[in-house]
Amino acid sequence: MQWEVVIGLEIHTQLATQSKIFSGSATTFGSEPNTQASLVDLGMPGVLPVLNQEAVRMACMFGLAIDAEIGPRNVFARKNYFYPDLPKGYQISQMDLPIVGKGHLDIALEDGTLKRIGVTRAHLEEDAGKSLHEDFNGATGIDLNRAGTPLLEIVSEPDMRSAKEAVAYVKAIHALVRYLGICDGNMAEGSLRCDCNVSVRPKGQVEFGTRCEIKNVNSFRFIERAINSEIQRQIDLIEDGGKVVQETRLYDPNKDETRSMRSKEEANDYRYFPDPDLLPVVIEPSFLETVRASLPELPTQKVERFQSQYGLSAYDANVLASSREQADYFEQVASIGGDAKLAANWVMVELGSLLNKLGVEIDQSPVSAELLGGMLQRIRDNTISGKIAKTVFEAMAAGEGDADSIIESKGLKQVTDTGAIDKMLDEVLAANAEQVEQYRAADEAKRGKMFGFFVGQAMKASKGKANPGQVNQLLKAKLEG
Amino acid sequence: MALQRCDVEKIAHLARLGLNEGELPRITDALNSILGLVDQMQAVDTTGIEPLAHPLEATQRLRPDQVTESNQRDRYQAVAPSTENGLYLVPKVIE
Repeated sequence: MQWEVVIGLEIHTQLATQSKIFSGSATTFGSEPNTQASLVDLGMPGVLPVLNQEAVRMACMFGLAIDAEIGPRNVFARKNYFYPDLPKGYQISQMDLPIVGKGHLDIALEDGTLKRIGVTRAHLEEDAGKSLHEDFNGATGIDLNRAGTPLLEIVSEPDMRSAKEAVAYVKAIHALVRYLGICDGNMAEGSLRCDCNVSVRPKGQVEFGTRCEIKNVNSFRFIERAINSEIQRQIDLIEDGGKVVQETRLYDPNKDETRSMRSKEEANDYRYFPDPDLLPVVIEPSFLETVRASLPELPTQKVERFQSQYGLSAYDANVLASSREQADYFEQVASIGGDAKLAANWVMVELGSLLNKLGVEIDQSPVSAELLGGMLQRIRDNTISGKIAKTVFEAMAAGEGDADSIIESKGLKQVTDTGAIDKMLDEVLAANAEQVEQYRAADEAKRGKMFGFFVGQAMKASKGKANPGQVNQLLKAKLEG
Repeated sequence: MALQRCDVEKIAHLARLGLNEGELPRITDALNSILGLVDQMQAVDTTGIEPLAHPLEATQRLRPDQVTESNQRDRYQAVAPSTENGLYLVPKVIE
């Protein structure tokens, strides 16, 4: 049986406000427990929520960036359920009239084509606190610092057909909210969390299969693995004659499997109703226009510009534009270095592997865009070869100064003096007289590889500093002559 | 549509209300009479009328994004039945 996978995602993004959505408490991550929980966050009687205008503005930014309808009037509702980290017994959320309506986002598939993913809606709500299940003499510890942190929950259409597409979509949302500056995207700290709705159906069937929701997956890698293991579980279950039960499941990365969390039917009876503590929120067209004017260049626009302005491939443009910081870094290197393709290569390959090795983000790179751009200038004016540049780059990464001072202090300047190279080559050929004879006796087909031997010897003799182009040219003349 | 006893039991469970045997019939009747009123209102033709989200003819005031609250943990936790290391302690909940 051929199966088709259907995936829809709910992504919770914590909005990067200073204060909470309905109170003046700070939202700083990692503070001492309950030091950022005010009377409103604690759900004390007699308090009233007051909406944070920045949360509204950020939601509107997101809506405009995904080409969504932004309703002139949106309404908060109470979602009722009992859990100790939800002190009021309800979460203030939005149901019938969310702030952001239908929109869409394009993702780049592996073969380079674009696929449009529908966004059903995005609504504002408050985050819950945290339950700490470590042993407090048989009790659970509750930290309400996170309670009331503004969330924008972004609900997709069931448009994805593989775990890879789902990850590409989450990455696109992640990049977008960071471009917009509305979420720091720190998944390890829970700033962006993902619930995955997964179902399978026989290929060709129109109706969806019964879906399961995998809760709170918090890394790109785990999203892919959790979805794939859930797909396999559902297919195995059906092929063994069983039936998928609609439920919420948790992914266990250690066992690489999902397990049942609770039956959704009862838990899902949230008895939404409009929150009488909050009035309808009206979005004025003039306000929306101000927000629209403040939008930065978005990832898809940047990818297009990188291709047209710098002549980069679609792949390179996508990689470089994957974060605003990396895109800015690249553009700075390209502008200082004067060669965009060279800059793209260095940022993606050498810098990329350096950052990987150090485990840091580009904004903490030990090699600044100024340093790298300066080094590219020295490659372009033939002061150093691309190969020597790697040595210079390593020295810059180790904090030994800028390219010019490293080239100077290490004596890495490329030798371009024809006389000097000529002399050096004579010495190399004299030292390898036997090979020279073999080369001259060999037919054309074999010479290529043998020629490489002499180039290698010459570069070794010059400690890599001889200009490779000149070495090739002079060597050829000497050997043929 | 009248509520049955089992409906009321389920709603009570969702709301974490402990109703005893004697209260169930009375509550069921009371809820049914409220639903009767709702039925009466449902019968009104509301075509073309925007659903009412709030009885006040006003819109939400927004506040600037500023931290105005300071740490009052000790005072708030003074009334809590049980705390440890700054955490509120509650009976163990396991999913």
